[in-house]
Amino acid sequence: MIELLQTPSQTVGPYFAYGLVPKQYGYNHTNIITGSLVDENSAGEHIQIIGQVLDGEGVAIPDAMIELWQPDIKAIGRFGTGTDEQNRFIFNTIKPQSFEGQAPHISVVVMMRGLLVHAFTRLYFSDETEANAQDEVLRSVPEERRATLIAQRGELGGKTVYTFDIHMQGDNETVFFDV
Amino acid sequence: MDKRDWLVHPSYLFPDYQSTILRAPKRELLPIKANLSERTGPVFGLDSISPLDNDLTKNGCVNGEPLGERIVVSGRVLDQFGQPIRHTLIEIWQANAAGRYVHKVDQHAAPLDPNFVGGGRTLTDEEGRYKFYTIKPGAYPWGNHHNAWRPNHIHFSLFGPQIATRLVTQMYFPGDPLLQYDPIYKGAPEKNREAMISKFTLDLTEPNFALGYEFDIILRGSHANPFGI
Ligand SMILES: [Fe+3]
Repeated sequence: MIELLQTPSQTVGPYFAYGLVPKQYGYNHTNIITGSLVDENSAGEHIQIIGQVLDGEGVAIPDAMIELWQPDIKAIGRFGTGTDEQNRFIFNTIKPQSFEGQAPHISVVVMMRGLLVHAFTRLYFSDETEANAQDEVLRSVPEERRATLIAQRGELGGKTVYTFDIHMQGDNETVFFDV
Repeated sequence: MDKRDWLVHPSYLFPDYQSTILRAPKRELLPIKANLSERTGPVFGLDSISPLDNDLTKNGCVNGEPLGERIVVSGRVLDQFGQPIRHTLIEIWQANAAGRYVHKVDQHAAPLDPNFVGGGRTLTDEEGRYKFYTIKPGAYPWGNHHNAWRPNHIHFSLFGPQIATRLVTQMYFPGDPLLQYDPIYKGAPEKNREAMISKFTLDLTEPNFALGYEFDIILRGSHANPFGI
């Protein structure tokens, strides 16, 4: 059996927008993945997921790109942090269902200038206390770090919004997995 | 799916590349069981690709053809056991021949090309093969250190069958004297760094039209399931 070496990872750099999320940034180029994982008519509880990506000095990073992969509906979304005044990412989706015995969650891929290898994390939901308590992945995370994986439910302009900030460093450094 | 091979991928913290200092996660990555980890993947149909998407010499034309040296970039996407990765999405973006990106943040005082955008995408075929037509990108300066220039490169984004196989990399060109000074290229361990350098080949070169560069990309595979079945 032959075995080849994996091609090394490199950063997306600062100029990914017109290649990966052109419509969001207003470039005249086609787009196949957007910040909406579902369309307006999809069944389920429609939610927004909003957050910032913060560097080691607590500054919101303006050139990060987040991908959300939602396993229960096999959907993917992408959003760059360079178009919002507060450098937030803003996704529209439906609240996930439990998936293969795991608590409702969404996989998160974090990319940016300065990150030579993308980082994997997971987003869980603050109103799923019981399911979260049973979730094998969450339980494998030291208790004092679990909160970094839980998006907080709130409301904004009549919409259900989950807030999920990603801390690259610091006391609240988000848990990243060796996926 | 096997883990990322940390003997070939860069570390998060690589101080020569200054942007890593405040952005690299400092804590150890936590292990996650393969049977729980990110196994789903998106499927993109042929309908998500337009006919000119893989031809950057045409997809940004307004009133003429882009300037620069036309090139063909082609290769195969394989897993680490040599199995082709079929029908997977590849997205690329790059600077124009003068080393300038269309991106609003790029303030390098080199000309934009009205007929070149620099973004493209394609799906691999049954054998994992892909092909792009484009313009050879120029080198460009950046602020990392005194007299820092990025070597010529094309950014590549790939999916593969699962989230775990996701890869973003850069393709470089053979013989580029800037590679030895580039902390992004050198962020990857020496062991497999050269896998990011494409090969010039006459076999791909199209007479009277474009120079051919071959670039194969190897994604993660699974020892437990080495033939992707
Ligand atoms: Fe670049």
